[in-house]
Amino acid sequence: MSLNWSKKEKPVSKLWSTADRGGPAQPLLAVRGLVKHFPVRDPVWVRPRRAVHAVDGISFEVAKGETLGIVGESGCGKSTTARLIARLLTPDQGSLVFDGEGVAEFGGLSLPDYRRSLQMVFQDSFASLNPRMTVEDTISFGPRVHGQSPVQALARAHALLDRVGLQASQFASRYPHELSGGQRQRINIARALALQPRLLILDEAVAALDKSVQAQVLNLLQELKAEQGLTYLFISHDLHVVQYLCDRVMVMYLGQVVEIGPVGQIYSAARHPYTQALLSAVPSMDPARRTALPPLAGDPPNPINPPAGCRFRDRCSYAEAVCASSSPVLDPLKAPDGLADASHQVACHMATAGSGHSAAAQLPTATPALAGISELEAA
Amino acid sequence: MTGAQLLSVQDLSVTFFGARTLQALHGVNLELARGETLGLLGESGSGKSVTLRTLLRLNPPQSSRVQGRILVDGQDVLALQGQALQHYRGAVVSMVFQESGLAFDPVYTIGQQMIEMIRAHEAVDKAAAHKRALHMLERVQIPQARRRMDAYAHELSGGMRQRAMIALALCCKPKLLLADEPTTALDATVQIQILLLLRELQRELGMAVIFVTHDIGAAVEISDRLAVMYAGRIVEQGNVADVITRPKHPYTQGLMRSTVAPGMRGKPLAAIVGAPPDLACLPAGCAFALRCGYAIKTCLAEVPQFAAAAHQVACWNPLVPTEVVSSAAHCNAMPALS
Repeated sequence: MSLNWSKKEKPVSKLWSTADRGGPAQPLLAVRGLVKHFPVRDPVWVRPRRAVHAVDGISFEVAKGETLGIVGESGCGKSTTARLIARLLTPDQGSLVFDGEGVAEFGGLSLPDYRRSLQMVFQDSFASLNPRMTVEDTISFGPRVHGQSPVQALARAHALLDRVGLQASQFASRYPHELSGGQRQRINIARALALQPRLLILDEAVAALDKSVQAQVLNLLQELKAEQGLTYLFISHDLHVVQYLCDRVMVMYLGQVVEIGPVGQIYSAARHPYTQALLSAVPSMDPARRTALPPLAGDPPNPINPPAGCRFRDRCSYAEAVCASSSPVLDPLKAPDGLADASHQVACHMATAGSGHSAAAQLPTATPALAGISELEAA
Repeated sequence: MTGAQLLSVQDLSVTFFGARTLQALHGVNLELARGETLGLLGESGSGKSVTLRTLLRLNPPQSSRVQGRILVDGQDVLALQGQALQHYRGAVVSMVFQESGLAFDPVYTIGQQMIEMIRAHEAVDKAAAHKRALHMLERVQIPQARRRMDAYAHELSGGMRQRAMIALALCCKPKLLLADEPTTALDATVQIQILLLLRELQRELGMAVIFVTHDIGAAVEISDRLAVMYAGRIVEQGNVADVITRPKHPYTQGLMRSTVAPGMRGKPLAAIVGAPPDLACLPAGCAFALRCGYAIKTCLAEVPQFAAAAHQVACWNPLVPTEVVSSAAHCNAMPALS
């Protein structure tokens, strides 16, 4: 088979067709059983082969127009998850469904189309900009690659610059090194918006900024979201910012999701001991109420071949025998009245009825949905 | 606590010469009592790290000029030479750096570096130095300290390395510990461990600490007093509770308001407009005037000076002290570990 590269046609501009397809009830992004292991480069005779379990079977959904926060310590797989979703890494297992269409699979959404509907903003604002391209070139590069005319792309770049608070007349022809950190992060946001994406992945996008500049960028992000109906995946280790910005929060530990739920519930009634510890490790900002005891001892463990059972058990003060023998699964939480709350899920034996953990003994045992049905049948 | 101050910095100015000349510090005045912890708060480029480096005389002598006076324990630091300077660094004043991975020598073990430090300052034999280094590692709660003595810096995790760094800095029982953003690169769960450890060691050893950070939460957690820096000047100084709950300088207030705290959800943040000024061409008058909502005419013309008081502020139009900042008044909404 011979390929004539020179005759390869440029993709026809069907660029701005990122309209909603499935209606508001369909999740914008559904992640199913995502797995990514990075093999450790050991000598060939080392058996068994070791691997960093960066992301180990995570599933979640992002609804349209919401902001999902992902929190966790360094090395828990937050950024790998972001890169897997953006397809900057290929997952070992698992699938992505974007607004009802499978990503990069037969009959589904093609990778270029998918990437256009999803853009990413990284932590290091300097490293993620090409130092040899001017600001306007950087912003208009993506649309040009996707088939927009240079004139159109440039006009849009200027409009975006104005929108993110940098006057196009003043900033368009500058290079990244001529800008401050906050300005560079605005450029990164403008670049991400140039393709009119529906989902924006913000990977520690405000972490490296000074507090006063961080507040400006957070305000900008909220305005843009309201204006353009964006959906955010907000990855951060700053729990205050997550509480401020996000609608739902997902807590990760060693490549797995330990708790996911609405922001109010996670911050007021976290059920996983790790989430509780993470939240109480935040400095209190009140000199009269200083932290007296560190909530967690030790460092996050090594993600190379993590322990069987619950991965948090070594640092958990409630760990029992059952935690070592079986891994908890992410389960909807059951309220005291027996109703399952599907929005708040936790992977802990203490919250799972009948798990064998002593703290789970008082929990309602029968699955409420089933109990309801059996009552109906009995009637 | 003896009456005299341990550290007294008077009118300290530092200028760097390079491709362009810029003045990083403008007449900084600091006082620190024995056993006191001072939090030095500020954004990048405000001169926090330069202040610390100048205290240890770490600035490159060819391309920098230091003016003013630094007295540590009655000793004129800027006049120290040769052996006296060597003794001063490490035995009197010691420093913990932010990048613990870069601050350790990668080709020597942690133990070797600690022993070298102890023997450089005190006439003890190797065995005694080894014993003391081991004791120090145990004090900073490094698990399996005996094994970690023979570990290289890259073999330790970030939190462990920062503990080792603190152990190294405390080897010779300094009177003043300079901590340059020691917890910035760490996770929240590890950060709080290090903060509590520093607080405990500070109390036990009775040393004074200058804790540089841009994280208000960390500063509040550890400091007795706070000094807020902006563009090479200290703009506000006082008791932690006073500065946090009743800031007098508009910049401190802006910093508090733009720091996200619980209970601010759904409201836009009151961000400070604009960006920090370029140190090479500072405006005349108050450096914050152009970003300040309370600026008056004098602000643009003259540099404000400190008034002698417990809660000092360098501002022509300071905020009325009764004004309580909303973000500081909130209680800690985080659930306690039950």
